[in-house]
Amino acid sequence: MTSPITPETAPSAQSWPTDADLADDVLVRVDNLVKHFPIKGGGLAGRTVGHVRAVDGVSLTVRSGQTLGLVGETGCGKSTLARCIAGLIPVTSGTVTFEGNNITNLSRRRMQPFRRDIQMIFQDPYGSLNPRLRVGSIIGEPFAIHGTTTSKARKTAVQELMERVGLNPEHYNRFPAEFSGGQRQRIGVARALALRPKLIICDEPVSALDVSIQAQVLNLLADLQSDFGLAYIFIAHDLEVVRHVSNSVIVMYLGKIAEAGPKNPVYDSPRHPYTAALLSAAPAADPEAAANKQRIILTGDVPSPINPPSGCRFHPRCPKAQDMCATAVPPLEVKPGDPGTHVTACHFPVQAGEVLASASRGMQGYAR
Amino acid sequence: MSLTELEFQAQGISQEAVPAGGIQGRSQLQLTWRRLRRDRMAVASMIVICVIAILALLAPVFASLLGHGQAQVFPNTGLSSTGGPMAPGTHGFIFGTDELGRDLLVRVLYGARVSLFVGLTTTAIATVAGVTVGLITGFFGGWVDAVLARFIDTVLAFPFLVLALSLAVVFGPSLTIVISVISFFSWAAIARIVRGQTLSIKEKEYIEAARSLGASPWRIMFVHILPNLMAPVLVLATLSIPAAIVFESTLSYLGLGIQPPTASWGNILAGAQSYYQIAWWYLVFPAAALLITTLAFNLLGDGVRDALDPRTERIFAAGRKRGRRFRVGRPAAQIDGLISSIQTDLPEEG
Repeated sequence: MTSPITPETAPSAQSWPTDADLADDVLVRVDNLVKHFPIKGGGLAGRTVGHVRAVDGVSLTVRSGQTLGLVGETGCGKSTLARCIAGLIPVTSGTVTFEGNNITNLSRRRMQPFRRDIQMIFQDPYGSLNPRLRVGSIIGEPFAIHGTTTSKARKTAVQELMERVGLNPEHYNRFPAEFSGGQRQRIGVARALALRPKLIICDEPVSALDVSIQAQVLNLLADLQSDFGLAYIFIAHDLEVVRHVSNSVIVMYLGKIAEAGPKNPVYDSPRHPYTAALLSAAPAADPEAAANKQRIILTGDVPSPINPPSGCRFHPRCPKAQDMCATAVPPLEVKPGDPGTHVTACHFPVQAGEVLASASRGMQGYAR
Repeated sequence: MSLTELEFQAQGISQEAVPAGGIQGRSQLQLTWRRLRRDRMAVASMIVICVIAILALLAPVFASLLGHGQAQVFPNTGLSSTGGPMAPGTHGFIFGTDELGRDLLVRVLYGARVSLFVGLTTTAIATVAGVTVGLITGFFGGWVDAVLARFIDTVLAFPFLVLALSLAVVFGPSLTIVISVISFFSWAAIARIVRGQTLSIKEKEYIEAARSLGASPWRIMFVHILPNLMAPVLVLATLSIPAAIVFESTLSYLGLGIQPPTASWGNILAGAQSYYQIAWWYLVFPAAALLITTLAFNLLGDGVRDALDPRTERIFAAGRKRGRRFRVGRPAAQIDGLISSIQTDLPEEG
């Protein structure tokens, strides 16, 4: 399973996470996590003919009670990273540390005590609830597995949870099909909350919901965070949602971190051209602001993670790319003028007020 | 722990009577039962099956009322002047007699006991074995799957009569051998379908959710996957009963199954083949019993499948009678037809 560490995948000298991140309130620490999915060739032998490099050397930390936002295009490895942290899929290399305990690739039994502290909320509220189980059984399942309450007390505990997430406790005996999408996601939240975890990994928890319902679920998550001191890893491709909920943000591109840091510097003065392009693509609520907005149009598609581009993975699509971008992997480091926690993996970071080469102004971008 | 959850599911119908738990959702079983009750053909089949079952259970009562044992020979009253079988309705023999002067009605009733017993036991064994093997092979995959799936294929490819014949020769024909042979050839079809369904269900997000909660593989298999398999398993089980009854009759007819003087529809028919030209009743009554029983189970199986398949409800809504008539006109469900009709989303097998 382990693939050779080539110079390209080798960890670069990183100044992030910094030593300050080793402080007491660090809940989860991920070091140089790599997840490669082998591609089996045809024939009887089924030889491995290549790897999908879904996650390729990602390091991050999550502090207790804080929210880490994870953004990036579809296929950039966000969900794979989340599943590795939750211990749902084995990791190729790298470590995941939870409260100082190494929980990388633990067996199911040895992972069991950590499951109580790390829970997940899934994207699809229709697919993530077993259609044949009653809501009471679904929300009560964590209790049944971990044996934390007696079966008599379980019903009371489940109904308290239902009330807490805004569901009618009378609906204890209903089936998931009898609920709307928003209510179903509340069931998912209640299930994740049952064991009073310290970290909830939210894998695009609101992407499948209507905008009005999204706000309700986001507010619920925020309330729960302040009540229970939860930490979230919040995955989304809606940049505004991530900005709203997060304390810090990681932007991923093709399995690597492009830019990371506290949300305000990242959103207000992005240094990586990819972050700048992503932010410029987000629609602005104010039409006047939208008209003056600089749109960066990226050409081409995301390259295949089976055979990612050399050097900086973004260079074939980057408006600022130069020769060295194709050969040297840019280290994730603090750029001059940025706060010590804002890191960017780029040889030629965007300067404040800079207009990118392929950028166009306002609505012209749409005409192309 | 997992069983309580399952019982919770299975007892869905009885829970309706107890409105203690506030608002009660209807389980799939309840919804299926409601649809099945509206299906006249299925209800008629259930009534027929119940009547046959009651008659079979009461066979000793009928025998003592008539004063005729199943193997009791009546050389004086039970045979005609030429020494042949007695026609129905004479000397208190309602269905007539066979060539030895035994009461055919009593023998057919005792034959129903054998048929229903074999049908239900083998189906129970085959369903439990098929579901267990199918779940394990589909869920664990890898070399477990490679071994078990090939074993299933081997069983399905095996010529069953050859095995039945050789086993009967080696161990001597008996009820145990009949049940063992039929069970051995029935579980594989169920296992194959359960395996395919498990392969698709285990990729669902709620299975990953259960894993993220720390559920054990057994809990995932029996609490999360099994309830989602109930629809195909219920249909397969219902349809495997008549198949087992026909199988038993075939074995007994060939002399490999239930041995005379114990009555079975198969060995009664074997006896009848020499006499049907002079005694039609000898052939007609056991054959009719076999036909009615298997037809009733097949129609019930069809009804269960229709009740479980939401697509057919639209046919009912549009033109119920027309849909039903078309359905009755179809040949009795074959296992292969069943595979294609309820397993449209089977993943490709490697």
